[in-house]
Amino acid sequence: MNNNSFEKTGILARFIMRRDRVRLPVWILSFAVVSMVVAITFTDLYASVEERQAIAETMKNPAMTALFGEAYGMNDYTAGPMMAHQMLLLTAIVVGIMNILFVARHTRTSEEDGQIELIRALPTGRLSQLSATLLISTVVNIALALVVGFGLYALQIESIDLEGSLLYGAALGTVGIFFAAVTAVFAQVVESSRNAIALSFSVLGIAYIIRAIGDVSSEFVAWFSPLGWILRTEVFVNNYWWPLLLTIGVGLIFVGLSFYLHGIRDIGAGLFPAKRGKSTAHTFLLHPFGLALRLQRTGIISWLIGMSVLGMTYGSVLGDLEAFLSDSELMQELLQSSAGASITEQYITMLMSVMAMMCVIPAVMVLLKLKGEEMKNRTENLFSRAVSRLKVFGSYVGLAHLVGIFALLVSAVGLWLAGLAVMDDMMSLGTILQAALVYVPAMWVMISLATLFIGFAPSTVYVTWIYLGYAFVVSYFGGMLQLPTWLEKISPFAHIPEVISEDMTYGSLVVLTIISLIISWSGFILYKKRDLLG
Amino acid sequence: MPLLQATHVTKTFGNFTALDQVNIEVNKGEVYGFIGPNGAGKSTMIRILLGILQVTSGEATVFGMDAWKDAVHIHKRMAYVPGDVNLWPNLTGGEVIDLFTKLQGSSNKQRKDELMEIFDLDPTKKCRTYSKGNRQKVALVAAFASDAELFIFDEPTSGLDPLMERTFQEQVLKLKDAGKSVLLSSHILSEVEKLCDRVGIIREGKMIETGTLEELRHLTRMHISVETKRPILELASMKGVHDVVLDENKGSFQVDTEALESVMGYVSKSGIVHLESAPPTLEDLFMRHYESDEASQADEVGRDEQ
Repeated sequence: MNNNSFEKTGILARFIMRRDRVRLPVWILSFAVVSMVVAITFTDLYASVEERQAIAETMKNPAMTALFGEAYGMNDYTAGPMMAHQMLLLTAIVVGIMNILFVARHTRTSEEDGQIELIRALPTGRLSQLSATLLISTVVNIALALVVGFGLYALQIESIDLEGSLLYGAALGTVGIFFAAVTAVFAQVVESSRNAIALSFSVLGIAYIIRAIGDVSSEFVAWFSPLGWILRTEVFVNNYWWPLLLTIGVGLIFVGLSFYLHGIRDIGAGLFPAKRGKSTAHTFLLHPFGLALRLQRTGIISWLIGMSVLGMTYGSVLGDLEAFLSDSELMQELLQSSAGASITEQYITMLMSVMAMMCVIPAVMVLLKLKGEEMKNRTENLFSRAVSRLKVFGSYVGLAHLVGIFALLVSAVGLWLAGLAVMDDMMSLGTILQAALVYVPAMWVMISLATLFIGFAPSTVYVTWIYLGYAFVVSYFGGMLQLPTWLEKISPFAHIPEVISEDMTYGSLVVLTIISLIISWSGFILYKKRDLLG
Repeated sequence: MPLLQATHVTKTFGNFTALDQVNIEVNKGEVYGFIGPNGAGKSTMIRILLGILQVTSGEATVFGMDAWKDAVHIHKRMAYVPGDVNLWPNLTGGEVIDLFTKLQGSSNKQRKDELMEIFDLDPTKKCRTYSKGNRQKVALVAAFASDAELFIFDEPTSGLDPLMERTFQEQVLKLKDAGKSVLLSSHILSEVEKLCDRVGIIREGKMIETGTLEELRHLTRMHISVETKRPILELASMKGVHDVVLDENKGSFQVDTEALESVMGYVSKSGIVHLESAPPTLEDLFMRHYESDEASQADEVGRDEQ
């Protein structure tokens, strides 16, 4: 490695800032605003000690620990500890996602699109693009830490002091730096940005799962997850700073590794040489549906594995939950009085809605692939031959629905299997499947929306993500923040009957199905009629 | 009845008019050259003929069917090779060729193997490892292996080496012998000259010239550079001579095809020591149009030709 390797990093860094001058400030501000709004809401919502301790009681069970992480400061569950317990982990995951997408975009995606080749042909250093990307991501994460930290402190809430606020922000920024580094490594190892993103997401997912298992059953296991580390800061309670140093230290090792790997590989290549392939095509490939499936095979399989592992992770908590409930008389009383349903049933219903929303992601990604194909001028290859638009579009839409339902099924079966292993009287598979499948019409609405947008104009598809994000936020925070009902009812997932604890009703399911059919149909018509970009 | 016909085709994108009242006619057994500089609207026109874009006004028919509405029926009898071939990085060339021929409807394994041999293509490699030229070969093999009646090539040789360019030209001539029709978009005039019966020239979305090569050739000029024993001072004043640069006994100039005889007569009388002539290029053709239009934006002319 010679001493010109970092030549012109500064200019490239400014160029990255220029490219993302809207995106990055929006991300940072969103994190700050959401954190501040939630902190205010917690303070207003649980004003008295009694209210705070009541909510603390409902949080003290393994299911909640699996979802949110270990709770600290439960004996004085004020807004500070609530933020640390209920918000830190989730926000950290989203910060991780932001960093993964950012780093992949400026490294492997630019390389795949041939932009890096142009830049490397100019008098720039071999490692300049990578170092500029990591430099900017570090700057962004530090800015995020400071904005969130001072933003929270500015609220002047008693339990949210200056040190805690800054540590809270720093924890988020640190997770960001860690996952930026992880992505930088994967961007060197594999040849496509899709795979680099997928691998980085799976590290994030595994980190969440390891932390969940560790928090519930063994403190030792949690130490293998960066998400476990940042929760060990016990922010707003004990304010330990050293877990952040650990996270950054490991992150720096990954940064060094990514520089090393970048130095020893060829541009455009991964670490492993491309294998020889088949000289003729399998019959299955020779149809638009087969092609759509083949192009996304790896991604789909990874999602199915991921969803089943997630299902099993959630299911594995059921045993601890049961044991905990039989020990706590207070808890049993609380639940008896609040509703007819047991906490296990409530927990499963909530999980099903979360899992159904997550299963929409791979389904919409299947449709997004069609957008990517069009952007890369590859649909032209199909439509310049004797293939109708409906056949291609139908193949992608059909595949999207199949992937969504399969993902839901494997996660439900995963949950049931894990529940079977840890519980004495696990519900029947039929009950679990029914509880899962009842969400399918809501998934249909989401997928049909993506269908509509791709039919209308591919650049508008992001609206689907916003809507899905909204649905997730209202279902996640709806109860916690006591949002008005109509805000929740905008989400299709809010119209699904809770079949485990209530009777099955079909009315809303039929309505959702009809809505999704109409939206899908419009999408097909629009796709047939519009000019294709390529 | 022409095999392919575009009548007064206009296409606008927002305020921008990409095509303005374009007419094209390709008859059976004919190779039609569609030439014009970058951004002139060639690819837009081809995408309309493929039914990927819809006309704003006018009519585009292929085999007598509407290019937009009957795209699928038309494509069963048509093959297309884009200038910029985008393939799936994780599929092999062989897989893509099979997919293309299958979607086309016809496939002939023996012919496919033959073509892969001729074009020197390794089908076991993943598309991401192919160069631009190799990706073009994939599309070309798939097209030539089909039993289509009409072939549309959009700058198909832009990534090929000269040897493969010749292979391509041989294959097109074979198609012509077999009575197939070809629409060849290009900005390489030499290629068009070799292959095409009729030519249409498009500039800024308008067809500015159509006709047979003979009709067109008289529109063009030869480049001549010459060294003579005696000075050739009268050259500058001769009819049909342009852009004269004289330096003692050396000179370079352009001459209209119809004035070639009289000019060469004069030059040869001065005792030729050395003479080079270059065929008229597309650029010259456009220059002619700029001059006749008295437009002065000469720097907009495509300079990619050889």
